[in-house]
Amino acid sequence: MADVIEVDELTKKYGDKTAVDRLSFTVRPGQVTGFLGPNGAGKTTTLRLILGLERPTGGTARVGGVPFASHPRGLRHVGALLDAQQVHGGRSAAAHLWALARGNGLPRRRVGEVLDEVGLARAAGRRIGGFSLGMKQRLGIAAALLGDPPVLLFDEPVNGMDAEGVRWTRRLLRRLAAEGRTVFLSSHLMGELENTADRLVVIGQGRLLAAESVREFAARAGGRTVVVGTPQAAELTRVLVAEGAAVEPEGSAGAERLAVTGLAADRIGALALRHGLQVNELTTRAASLEAAFMDMTADSAEYRTPGGPGAAERPSPGGRPDPGRAPGRRDEAEPTRKGKDA
Amino acid sequence: MNAPAPAAPPPPAAPPPANEPRARFGDLVAAEWIKTRSLRSTPWLLGLLVVFVIGAATFTALDNKGDYPGIAPSAQRLRDAFTPLGFMTLILVSGSVGALSVAGEYGSGLIRTTTVAVPARGSVMLAKAVVQAVLWTAAGLLVSAGSFVSVQVIMNGADVAGALGEPGAPRALAAATLVAPVCALAGLGIGALLRHVATTVVVTTSALLLLPPFLAEDRRWSADLRHALIQPSWERLVDTWPDGGGPFLRPTVPGSWAVYVLWPPAAVAVAVLTVRRRDV
Repeated sequence: MADVIEVDELTKKYGDKTAVDRLSFTVRPGQVTGFLGPNGAGKTTTLRLILGLERPTGGTARVGGVPFASHPRGLRHVGALLDAQQVHGGRSAAAHLWALARGNGLPRRRVGEVLDEVGLARAAGRRIGGFSLGMKQRLGIAAALLGDPPVLLFDEPVNGMDAEGVRWTRRLLRRLAAEGRTVFLSSHLMGELENTADRLVVIGQGRLLAAESVREFAARAGGRTVVVGTPQAAELTRVLVAEGAAVEPEGSAGAERLAVTGLAADRIGALALRHGLQVNELTTRAASLEAAFMDMTADSAEYRTPGGPGAAERPSPGGRPDPGRAPGRRDEAEPTRKGKDA
Repeated sequence: MNAPAPAAPPPPAAPPPANEPRARFGDLVAAEWIKTRSLRSTPWLLGLLVVFVIGAATFTALDNKGDYPGIAPSAQRLRDAFTPLGFMTLILVSGSVGALSVAGEYGSGLIRTTTVAVPARGSVMLAKAVVQAVLWTAAGLLVSAGSFVSVQVIMNGADVAGALGEPGAPRALAAATLVAPVCALAGLGIGALLRHVATTVVVTTSALLLLPPFLAEDRRWSADLRHALIQPSWERLVDTWPDGGGPFLRPTVPGSWAVYVLWPPAAVAVAVLTVRRRDV
């Protein structure tokens, strides 16, 4: 297994702040592995440590069995897009890529090939400074592909891309993995990874929260949400909360809906009937991967407004913060649901 | 694969893939040259600089020609060719471009893209130093020779060959040529050390041009400090007037050459060591 990324007890401290905390995981070839965590979780720092841009405080990160920085030239070993803005705006796309290729002893035709591949062939001679963020992302992907490497790292590559670009990126990543390459893709949004990744590495506050297949991850999202459409949202909310449910308003003015967790649909219907409240819609919605992710990282999100979306969408009764809870477990929510379902 | 390894062995040196050619330093120099050449500002800046420096010498010579009924003395012609106006501009621009060749890459973040492509960071700095040294030696030679010839045409009846045979003239021409690469490499070292664009340009400009006038030559320590700087050394080497005496401590010619010889390797060593040690 020459193309495995192995991260072992990796730790990086800046002063007394620990950005990456004894992180261990393995990324294998032939798959797209999503690297998921809220803002500030340490994803970019981890990628920078893997690429040897920073020295770890402890632990190791290896690519193909060796630290990446031990290669005198890198493009044939690992292609990486960390930040698409990290280019000189005064150069043309072709000159930027040609300088990178030339330093690695790659032939000039590679420049044309990767520009074709990312759809920038017609912009080859234009200055990068005039590119949109989406075009810069494509240019960064082109640079990563220059050396035809077996390992690819992308840090939030679809930022700033339009819908077509996002779809194109997803297809490209799937293809690169199907070719047997190791593809490691970071994101802070589960939605971006849901249809792209085979496996997930989830971190929060620099610590590993999960490393498993997307299927296994989805199985964690056991909680179900019931969507209730009602013109009497305030009254119904009061009734449902009194019964121990967590209620989040959804929809828009004139079509108010409530997202209810902790109560089954039949219970909600019965409660509404008993209180004489009108219900227009009653739909059970399987919890998404996004919900599983929010739930898992709710306690480790670094920047969060108390009671804001991060805290409130979490399916726990009353939506109140409970910082002592272990990540990924819903032991407090469990008794409520059992009680009502029984 | 065949034996279980209970303890992780130390990582072996990276095995090159079958298709990987040997890493050649020349490739890095070529890459840095592509980077320099592909910036639109590079040819403009060099073109304007050449015109300005040679123009400054030409106008100075035309202005001073009338002061001498016959042919002006060699030392005066050298002073007019290597005029402070033109060459302090050369010092400023070469020092700043050298500094920006590193600091600019940190400023845009391109250095991270570069480092992922070429993890051998020290080699990247050496390649940058080679490109700056060659580029500025060529530019320095062009403006120095151009200024020298222009002044001889105006003040010496176009006897360029004769002027080159005059005592001190080759030395002055060499010092005027080499001040540009020396300043560019000094700037490169400061750029690698400070990495912040604005700070780097201010410190480079200060070290090259603003500091010398503050260091008086009437006290030993202050004169020694001044004589360790590049611009005063340049001034001494292009000056072929006999020592007029007086209370001021003058730099020596060998000491000034020593400044030319020591600054570049010291600056490049600082650049290589700092990029190896620090996070990118």
